[in-house]
Amino acid sequence: MTALVISGGHLLDPAAGVDALKDVLLKDGHVAEIAAPGKLKSANGAEVLDATGLYLTPGLIDMHVHLREPGQGYKETIATGTAAAAAGGFTAVAAMPNTSPVNDSPEITRWTQAPERGAVVRVFPIAAATRGSKGEALNDYAALKSAGAVAVSDDGRPILKDNIMRETLAAAARVGLSVIQHAEDTRLTQGGSMNLGPMSFKLGLRGMPAEAESSIVERDIRLVTELRDTRVHLHVAHTSTAAALAAVRQARRNGLRVTCEVAPHHFLLTEEHVGMYNTNAKMCPPLRSAADRDAMIEAILDGVVDAIATDHAPHAVHEKEVEFENAPNGITGLETALGLSLRWLHKEWKMPLGRVLSLLSAQPAALLGMKGRGTLTVGSFADVVVFDPKAEWTYSAREGKSKSRNTPFDGWTMQGKIRWTICEGRIAYNAKP
Amino acid sequence: MNPTATPARRQLLHPPVEASPFPYNPGSLLTAGDLSLDGISQILARATALENQDPLVRDRILAKRRVALLFYESSTRTRTSFELAAKSLGADTTLVSSLSSSIEKGESLKDTGLTLRALGAEAIILRHSSSGAAWLLESETRLPVLNAGDGMHEHPTQALLDLRTILAHLRPGTETVSAETLAGVTVSIVGDILHSRVARSNMLLLPRLGARVLLCGPKELLPELAAQAGPGITIERDFEAALRQSQAIMMLRIQAERLAGLQLDLEEYKAAYQLTGQRLATLAPEAVVLHPGPIIRGLELTAGVADGPQSAILEQVRNGVAIRMAVVERALLADKQGGRA
Repeated sequence: MTALVISGGHLLDPAAGVDALKDVLLKDGHVAEIAAPGKLKSANGAEVLDATGLYLTPGLIDMHVHLREPGQGYKETIATGTAAAAAGGFTAVAAMPNTSPVNDSPEITRWTQAPERGAVVRVFPIAAATRGSKGEALNDYAALKSAGAVAVSDDGRPILKDNIMRETLAAAARVGLSVIQHAEDTRLTQGGSMNLGPMSFKLGLRGMPAEAESSIVERDIRLVTELRDTRVHLHVAHTSTAAALAAVRQARRNGLRVTCEVAPHHFLLTEEHVGMYNTNAKMCPPLRSAADRDAMIEAILDGVVDAIATDHAPHAVHEKEVEFENAPNGITGLETALGLSLRWLHKEWKMPLGRVLSLLSAQPAALLGMKGRGTLTVGSFADVVVFDPKAEWTYSAREGKSKSRNTPFDGWTMQGKIRWTICEGRIAYNAKP
Repeated sequence: MNPTATPARRQLLHPPVEASPFPYNPGSLLTAGDLSLDGISQILARATALENQDPLVRDRILAKRRVALLFYESSTRTRTSFELAAKSLGADTTLVSSLSSSIEKGESLKDTGLTLRALGAEAIILRHSSSGAAWLLESETRLPVLNAGDGMHEHPTQALLDLRTILAHLRPGTETVSAETLAGVTVSIVGDILHSRVARSNMLLLPRLGARVLLCGPKELLPELAAQAGPGITIERDFEAALRQSQAIMMLRIQAERLAGLQLDLEEYKAAYQLTGQRLATLAPEAVVLHPGPIIRGLELTAGVADGPQSAILEQVRNGVAIRMAVVERALLADKQGGRA
């Protein structure tokens, strides 16, 4: 079978506590051997990738992407979305179920993972928590789990009703799945297209208040508390407000299994970046105030945030070239997450490299129970990203692998240039083919 | 903020907010904020000059130039005055409204704009129900775009004609404005501020000339954060207290079409905020009363006030034509006049 040796590189595996020059042998989709530099060069018949001067680290894992298939292949396909993922250093992505139709069945869950989809990195489906993601009737979580679902979520919509959310948390816990909540009280955000604040007033746009997010997070935490079942895992998707983070922080102090993710745009941008109706700065939850943005950074640096997830949400150009309030929510993110995280969290805000990478790999792997991923030890999956963590480059959306280019980061300086992304031993992205 | 977070632990540098690239076209008027004080003075001066000019001479200024009026919302004053203004300068105008055009068939604003440009339109006057529509149209067509009202956002020519009206009453003869021109003047804007593009443009424009703007209305129609929209803006919930301080009073219509489910007790509203003859006579007997129209007699103001001696409502309409002549001329001659005013 195929074998690859990555030689001369610096292995940084935060989960295993490795931070040294190592050669790594990948065989049959797994890590076969890790040895001192120079030891593995002559491994029989193995292709050698010269990683001299580069870092290798466990492949990145994005626990929140929208791949748009089935149903919206004009925005993205599983093939193009995973190509974008590979270009961004991701070897696994968790795909949200708000496709067309909604992934609320074992059939669609399996369809998503079928080889015919042409994925170049591993796709882990997140199944809908409720039928059609309508928030009314629970799906069969055991069946979804055995079809490959790694979590349940109605992402794009909240599970609004108390009793349904309570049942969802309890039922998911019984089969060992996490519940990922899109925390938005839609009764407070109707017609809203950006954060409620001085900017929305100035721009004459209806606003989405911060309380729409925090009140749902607080409600959910109350439900978790009441359930008194240690198997319950609530994960808050795309956290964007200081108040929601404060609630998560408190829940953790109380010993609850409540985790959260933050998207790069929420720790980098504010409502000011909406500018004069830039639809590539429109997403849900929206860009918030500077105080909220600061709270995201603080919580990432403090360790309250469990994962960086992109909420990669591709839309066709013509869909975004419309009146701001009519534009769909969402921006792409797979090809910019590492570059932005290293440029800002690591370089600017001095977060150690290993901790940044852990938020992009080991921690999301643990949250979703992905065994053998997020680390590079003998026997784990051969999911590797080889990159130069110091190299700066300029991102051009036009040259990206995603089918869409709805990003506010076009032309931005990124840090950390990817040389190879290897998924289960196969080269999924090669910067110089 | 989370009270348990370490306060001011880090002074962090963040990605900057890029400067707005708008307007792309020096002839565009998207927001009242696009204009410098010099630019405002020029428009006021041109408005007067054009108004006084021989119509047969004026007719040659934009002879046979093409101006498109693109109206996604109904309008009487703005549409007619823009059209009369462009025609008085000799321009050919064409009106496209959302009914009776391909917009009904689902044509996008971008495609409608590109079509008008291909038909030879040299400037587009846009009225649209979505905030920011004028910015979209300008960036897609790069033509001079005159914002004739975008959603709840702005209506810059209305603010300019309101300014012309206020100046005529409080600072007669003024054409060159400065940051002190309206020093000591308090203008109250009363009513449905939240949904009003007229209020937003005036809030941007008047304080730059030194005026104090008082916003007055109930919480549902005037959120506290309106006071943060710019300098020189204060909220005064008590209508009578606002009247007592005002030299100009701008009454606004309740925009039923934009209330979006908001419940409002109209009788309560009238009791608190209706401008009656008695309130005017006792609290602001010298003030000039403005209203951008359409007025609803008996709701935000009484018929007596609308028709009374302090009312400048029809004067505003007349000023609209003069201001819009200056703005249309600027749109098409901006380059010749030395670029962005």
